[in-house]
Amino acid sequence: MQIPYTVAPRPDTGVYNAKIGVWLFLASEVMLFGGLFSAYIFLRVGAPAWPGEIHGVMYARASEILNVPLATLNTMILIGSSVTMVMSWASLAMDRFDRYKLYMGATILLGFAFLVVKAFEYGTKFEHGLLPAEHNFLAIYFVLTGLHGLHVIGGIIVNAYFWGPGAKMWKTNPKQFTNRIEIAGLYWHFVDLVWIFLFPTIYLL
Amino acid sequence: MAEHATAPESHDGEEGHHHDLPFWRKYIFSTDHKVIGIQYGITSLFFLLFGFSLVMLMRWQLAYPGEALPIIGSLFSDETMPGGVMLPEFYNQLGAMHGTIMVFLGIVPLAVGAFGNYIVPLQIGAPDMAFPKLNMASYWVFVMGGLVMLGSFFVPAGAAKAGWTSYAPLSVIETMGQTMWLLGMVFLITSSLLGAVNFLTTIIQLRADGMTFMRMPFFVWAQFVTSFLLLLAFPPLEAASVLQLSDRLLDTSFFLPSGLVVSGEALDVAGGGSPLLWQHLFWFLAHPEVYVLILPAMGIVAEIIANNTRKPLWGYKVMVYALLFLGFMSFIVWAHHMFITGMGQVMSTFFQTTTMIISIPSVIILTALFISLWGGSIRFTTPMLFALGFLPMFGIGGLTGLPLGLAPTDIPLHDTYYVIGHFHYVVAPGTILALMGGIYYWFPKMTGRTMNDALGKIHFWGTLISMNLIFFPMFIQGLAGVSRRLYDGGEVYAHAQGVIHYNEVMSIAAWVLFLFQIPFIVNLIMSMWKGKPAEDNHWEATTLEWAAAPSPPVGHGNFKTLPRVYRAPYEYSHPDFHDDFWPQHTPPEPARQPASV
Repeated sequence: MQIPYTVAPRPDTGVYNAKIGVWLFLASEVMLFGGLFSAYIFLRVGAPAWPGEIHGVMYARASEILNVPLATLNTMILIGSSVTMVMSWASLAMDRFDRYKLYMGATILLGFAFLVVKAFEYGTKFEHGLLPAEHNFLAIYFVLTGLHGLHVIGGIIVNAYFWGPGAKMWKTNPKQFTNRIEIAGLYWHFVDLVWIFLFPTIYLL
Repeated sequence: MAEHATAPESHDGEEGHHHDLPFWRKYIFSTDHKVIGIQYGITSLFFLLFGFSLVMLMRWQLAYPGEALPIIGSLFSDETMPGGVMLPEFYNQLGAMHGTIMVFLGIVPLAVGAFGNYIVPLQIGAPDMAFPKLNMASYWVFVMGGLVMLGSFFVPAGAAKAGWTSYAPLSVIETMGQTMWLLGMVFLITSSLLGAVNFLTTIIQLRADGMTFMRMPFFVWAQFVTSFLLLLAFPPLEAASVLQLSDRLLDTSFFLPSGLVVSGEALDVAGGGSPLLWQHLFWFLAHPEVYVLILPAMGIVAEIIANNTRKPLWGYKVMVYALLFLGFMSFIVWAHHMFITGMGQVMSTFFQTTTMIISIPSVIILTALFISLWGGSIRFTTPMLFALGFLPMFGIGGLTGLPLGLAPTDIPLHDTYYVIGHFHYVVAPGTILALMGGIYYWFPKMTGRTMNDALGKIHFWGTLISMNLIFFPMFIQGLAGVSRRLYDGGEVYAHAQGVIHYNEVMSIAAWVLFLFQIPFIVNLIMSMWKGKPAEDNHWEATTLEWAAAPSPPVGHGNFKTLPRVYRAPYEYSHPDFHDDFWPQHTPPEPARQPASV
């Protein structure tokens, strides 16, 4: 027997199964990052100065250690990828599979671009001996951005699957495939949103 | 029978197909919620027995400190029990792992993974869980977490020793077993998250026609709220585990304060962290976790009581609202575990107030269950005995918790055996009795056979009495001021001398408790093959799992046609119906009624 409401929405709830599933999953992700942000606040409130002294140098603000222009670039990249993600879903809704391929491809490439910039940023930190063990500011920076980076990688894997082998479903069940892209999109927007909170919290405040 | 719902067209073709599944797809990597439920059940019963064995070893050391354990003691290595005498390090491993295994690998997977998986889709009239593959994944991730936890006993210096709470900074400077503990927790948390998403989606989306929220059995409601707790409370512990892993592996200092001195030497770390941060993140999970342990048990007890009193639950709606309120409040009481940490008066005042408030919905549910007994013609079946045993036991557990929820009384009681007695009354004679009752109650549906009543009654009385003999003296010891986690049970302390002799009684009761589980194990295994065949609706119940005939229900689909629901879940002894139970799926038949009267 087939499971109902895998594709069509249930009339009284108005959603299909996977959509409510992903919203619930994102709720748990909010709590995961919420826990980490709380840890950040807890540590910062308890610290005499933030970031404070690292390797004998006193830093009055985070932007003196972290590369704000690069992070701003990354913010733009992620926002851009969210736009292309919506466009890829909209293309499917408008029955334009060729444009879907284009926009989804762009989303994946922008995701990679984000990671490259991030890797570059990490590299400079390592070069200057700014390792997580040196200071709690660096520790929370690496853990928060690292966990966010893992989420970006997860998103790229999902998107790449739907761009490549997963796209075969478009021929057999276009409605369900469109739903899948919508769900992947919800996740991708969430990852974007986490960064939108991360960027000012860690780099600017 | 209700044949209103239209089955999807592919139904017939699918059915024939599933019989051809190879063994490993049907029983090992199955996506059928019933098989996964039974997998969870068997695994968690194994872990319950294993966790219980750990504490039976500890109880030897507590009853006879420093004496060699005969026969069994010689089986252990020189690093754990040289000459049969337990080393303090090994005692600490046993303590930490007993708590971890019982909570995360025993009770939660049995209450949620096994009963939730098996019963929830049946009770709401669904063909399966909403995401069957995810369901399978959550079971196997859980198994991996369990294997990592078991494996941690065999790494250098053994398993985690910092208690099931893994308080920092002790846990950060611990041996490798702690890293294994954290990795195991990440697996278990991930498994719970996948499960919770699946349960919530299933309950929201796959309810049968006519199964409105207020027609759901109380057990489904309990699982619904439990899943929300798992979904939202577990991630902060995942965050905390990531931070602690980072402290251990990357030498960060999230939980290490500046100037920490270990064994007379200053620790070479950056410092600036906070041990309190761990406690906040840990208890933000671990208090809702308490309700994850108790709510499914309340759900099971509600089902059994309604069925065996042959009347509707008293105050079903109030119970549901109390449940929702309880779930919400459980997120804002966590720091009542931290009154002695010096977090401050304002925090203590807030959290003791919320703690007093949260006791109200618990009392409402318990009271409603008690009043449900009033005027019923009670059938004293084996599951009913367990349900009736649960009520006073949970009552003792709950009431003894009140002094712990108020800062002034908690301060002297904190970390004494009183606390151990309190939460064991909630979890062991409380939740475990209810879960055992659930096994006896749903066994006929799961296997098509019934469990032996005589063995069941021996099991019940033996368990109830020996559990009380173990846990009640803990209150007395705790009030005398005996601390928990003492390797010798408090022998060297003058203030413990008046109550120390209880240790022997408690230990003997623990071993007797084990003996009384033997009839249960024999009963469980024998009844699967030799038990009396059960009717489709063995207990003459009203809820939908009994409409899924035969027993066990057909694989991949449960119902031949999806049922339609016409009424509330517990229409027992209804004046308008000829039987004393009016199943939820029986269509109203006004024309035929006079004939049957």
